[in-house]
Amino acid sequence: MFPRSFDYLAPESLDDALSMLAEHGEDAKVLAGGQSLIPLMKLRFAAPDYIIDINRITGLGSVHENGSLSVGALVRTHDIERSELIRRRYPAMAAAAPLISDPLVRNLGTVVGSLCHADPQGDWASVMLAMNADIVCRNGAAERRIPVSEFVQGPFTTTLDPTEIATEVDIPDPGADTFGTYMKLERKVGDFASVGVAVHLSFDGRKVERAGIGLTAVGPANIKATEAEQLLAGAELDGGTIARAADLCAEAADPHSDLRGSADYKRAMVRVFVSRALNAAAAGKAA
Amino acid sequence: MANKTISVTVNGGSKTSEVEPRRLLVHWIREALGLTGTHVGCDTSSCGACTVLLDGTPVKSCTMFAVQADGRRVTTVEGLQQDGKLHPIQEGFKEEHGLQCGFCTPGMMLMGAALLEENPDPSEDDVRWAISGNLCRCTGYQNIVKSVQWAAKRAASEQPGAHA
Repeated sequence: MFPRSFDYLAPESLDDALSMLAEHGEDAKVLAGGQSLIPLMKLRFAAPDYIIDINRITGLGSVHENGSLSVGALVRTHDIERSELIRRRYPAMAAAAPLISDPLVRNLGTVVGSLCHADPQGDWASVMLAMNADIVCRNGAAERRIPVSEFVQGPFTTTLDPTEIATEVDIPDPGADTFGTYMKLERKVGDFASVGVAVHLSFDGRKVERAGIGLTAVGPANIKATEAEQLLAGAELDGGTIARAADLCAEAADPHSDLRGSADYKRAMVRVFVSRALNAAAAGKAA
Repeated sequence: MANKTISVTVNGGSKTSEVEPRRLLVHWIREALGLTGTHVGCDTSSCGACTVLLDGTPVKSCTMFAVQADGRRVTTVEGLQQDGKLHPIQEGFKEEHGLQCGFCTPGMMLMGAALLEENPDPSEDDVRWAISGNLCRCTGYQNIVKSVQWAAKRAASEQPGAHA
């Protein structure tokens, strides 16, 4: 399958990339890992006149902590999978990375690209919703931060302007006492999620200080389960609280029946995953 | 829609040609270079038959444009053998009957070779995890896993100072 013809631009600096984007706007698409964009172009669901390949720009490929965690636009899912820092401090990300697509796609596909693609079945947006992350965008010389909860608007729709480039995702410090996981039901390796659940908790002693829960593939976009998050904040993880939080998440889900399962089944799996995750967190506290 | 001139190091040799930007890497490798060991399987980023190594990292060459490989190093299945000597992974597939129809084999061997670079003594789980993006419809994967592990043992025995 061949994409429609396009002009290929390979800027070597972010400023050059931004001026190309300022010139071509909606006629251009930014290429990072390409693992969503190129399949879409081959199917001609996307047919941009210009491809702006940002892979030759230095400085977009790092994962580092400086009060918060910065993940640059060229950080591959495989980089997250291998990062000792992520394993130690950001367990929800560490759990999600190896469950995304397959090893070959993870070698090229990027975290930020997945967020910009905004597939409701994408995994990273749920993790970032749970972790209250911000997308950092550049437009010419101007920079703005957008919470992921506002960034993702609907299926394949974000608030990114056509002349903006998402340069990094910025994740708040989880604190010293944290729990995180990502659970995913998939029919086979490489398939999209039937259901995915991201849970990220920060503790103050036995009490949950902050709770974040993101749901994958059970609505027109990834869902932030805010009612369950509010219930958990300040609470201890006893059986009743866990059951109520799992119910609230199941209610927040808005799944459709399709070849991956019925709406009732998907809703039930949200309840199961949230309950398993919170029970694992509670067991960690009791140990 | 301007063509681009690209120079790519393919299997150790420099290849320069003019390509249309929309040309997928797999088509450039097969049609411009005549290296038909890289297969087009599903053409939808699902099967891994088109696997090549890009600067040593396995990628799907059907999900990348040839222009993106400019200035980089690509290894195809034809590049596994060195000086007429088979790579241990190739010997392994021969010894352990790691293929039947052979369509997935180039991708499987490149994944196996890349795995052994990182992990010289992989467990069965490690191998299955590494090839989880490569589909085989013949073998049930049993002999592919054995082939990669055979290659690991052979490579270890070929290390200087190793006791075979």
